[in-house]
Amino acid sequence: MADDTPGPVATAAGPQPHGFDERRADTPLQRMQHVLHARPILGPLAVLLLAIIAFSLVSGRFLTAANLGLVMQQVTVIAVLALGQTLVILTAGIDLSVGAIAVFSSIIMANLATDLGVPGVPALLLGIVCGTAMGAFNGFLVTRIALPPFIVTLGTLSIFFSLNSVVSKSETVRGTDMPSILTWTGTTFPIGDFRITYGSIIMLLLFAFFYYALGYTAWGRHVYATGDDIEAARLAGIRTSRVLFSVYLVAGLVYAVGAWVLIGRLASASPNVGIEYNLNSITAVVLGGTSLFGGRGLVLGTLVGALIVGVFQNGLQLAGVDVVWQGFAIGLLVLVAVSIDQWIRKVRA
Amino acid sequence: MTTTRTPVLQARGLVKRYGPVTAIGGSDLELYPGEILAIIGDNGAGKTSLIKALCGALIPDAGEILLDGRPVHFRSPMDARRAGIETVYQTLAVAPGLDIADNLFLGREERKPGILGSVFRMLDRKHMRSEAQRHMTDLGITTLQNIGQAVESLSGGQRQGVAVARSAAFGSKVVILDEPTAALGVREGNRVLQLIRDVRDRGLPVILISHNMPHVFELADRIHIQRLGRRATVITPQSHTMTEAVAIMTGAAEPPPPVA
Repeated sequence: MADDTPGPVATAAGPQPHGFDERRADTPLQRMQHVLHARPILGPLAVLLLAIIAFSLVSGRFLTAANLGLVMQQVTVIAVLALGQTLVILTAGIDLSVGAIAVFSSIIMANLATDLGVPGVPALLLGIVCGTAMGAFNGFLVTRIALPPFIVTLGTLSIFFSLNSVVSKSETVRGTDMPSILTWTGTTFPIGDFRITYGSIIMLLLFAFFYYALGYTAWGRHVYATGDDIEAARLAGIRTSRVLFSVYLVAGLVYAVGAWVLIGRLASASPNVGIEYNLNSITAVVLGGTSLFGGRGLVLGTLVGALIVGVFQNGLQLAGVDVVWQGFAIGLLVLVAVSIDQWIRKVRA
Repeated sequence: MTTTRTPVLQARGLVKRYGPVTAIGGSDLELYPGEILAIIGDNGAGKTSLIKALCGALIPDAGEILLDGRPVHFRSPMDARRAGIETVYQTLAVAPGLDIADNLFLGREERKPGILGSVFRMLDRKHMRSEAQRHMTDLGITTLQNIGQAVESLSGGQRQGVAVARSAAFGSKVVILDEPTAALGVREGNRVLQLIRDVRDRGLPVILISHNMPHVFELADRIHIQRLGRRATVITPQSHTMTEAVAIMTGAAEPPPPVA
């Protein structure tokens, strides 16, 4: 629009901002707010780089290929689970059952193979189907029964964990008793001094896939729109229930793949791990700059967020800081990340 | 406006009851090509129900809706939209986190041609952006620096501009605007009015629902006055004053015979 006067609208915009466009002079802080708003990956990346620089100054052993390979292995499981969590959080939901689904899926894979003698590949696939079904169950409750995601996944967290104890009879299955395909994700191969697991490769492929799906397909746009403003999305003709259901289902699938990676990482399937995965996955998502209010965030941010957690845990350990302070540092980071998110959301042109 | 012309959109004897409550009791409506038809009426006069029936959000109990002279039956807003009727809602129905181009194409994204689109479902971002830019420029919204700008960084008027541009871009027959200026300040409201005029001047007939009498009298070619669930009459800004219109609307004055 050109100006207030009625009549034909001037279509040539001059160099001077006019019409709808009214910009105030920005302070450096406001400019930073705009930059972070437009490029949300920059914040987490800066934190990761600073942490890497700081820890390499503190300990000479930090920035070695062997150690970085270790960090990579340590973050792989959390990164996969946080990827599924990112999808759910993008729709303004939250998934507290992520750890339960992953651990239960790993128990199903392992027990199918050892107790029932199902061959490796079918056991793996059945486990993935079960994890996907658990995610779909969450999605069903969220969309059809219209319960808040927090309550739904709080309930299914308990349900899946107790079923998990029933199926496993509270016993750990050793990796050596399983078909080798289930523990294959834990095997490493070297790239120079850097040892990487096949699980990490799977993790990176998953991130690449969802980077594409969210950024370059209509489904991805609909996930963002639904999380951003569900009413506006509905009025635009998006079937929001379907989008939400698909997100929980796909998240379940990702968690189940995470279960496979988990078996490789632990070289076992244990019903007693995983409770901390819930909060760790949310931590990685939040540190990666994805907003808990939905509609904003990137899967690559989540990868960076998971790496931040890994780098801090590893770095603090190398620096000889008592283990109890690791949680303190991560907690502090989370609070700072959420505060910055709130601030960025207030951006206005 | 002559009576020999076929209305683009016509309603005949629409009825909608909610239990004992009659929201519309046999209402008519005609929208002719190239005009802005304003709908005014007191609260509870059935404006909203009438509009909802026209844009598919409500299924009338009786009566018929004709688009280009042919009867249509909308079961959902998507049906109406497919038929070429676009609606802009009062609530600034855009996704704030998505950019302008994404919002314009939300719900009807275009995929790349060939295998990238059919197998990999890849969006044709470049084409959607250039199309979005073209639509915005067509409507004279040229001052937005960047079509890739998130809608939340825009002002209320700019956001409404995006919503109007979306309806003008995809509405092939009719654009319905429900209180488009209600959430806006005076200056921004005026710009949106100009935008509505531009949509009309490009050949799309517009139905405008508004409580704002000055806006109605400034924009409308004809004014449909809804009262007690029926069309009381149709006037023009030339035939009656605002005071007279309000008097008819509230029942203080006898409605004159409708103008065509």
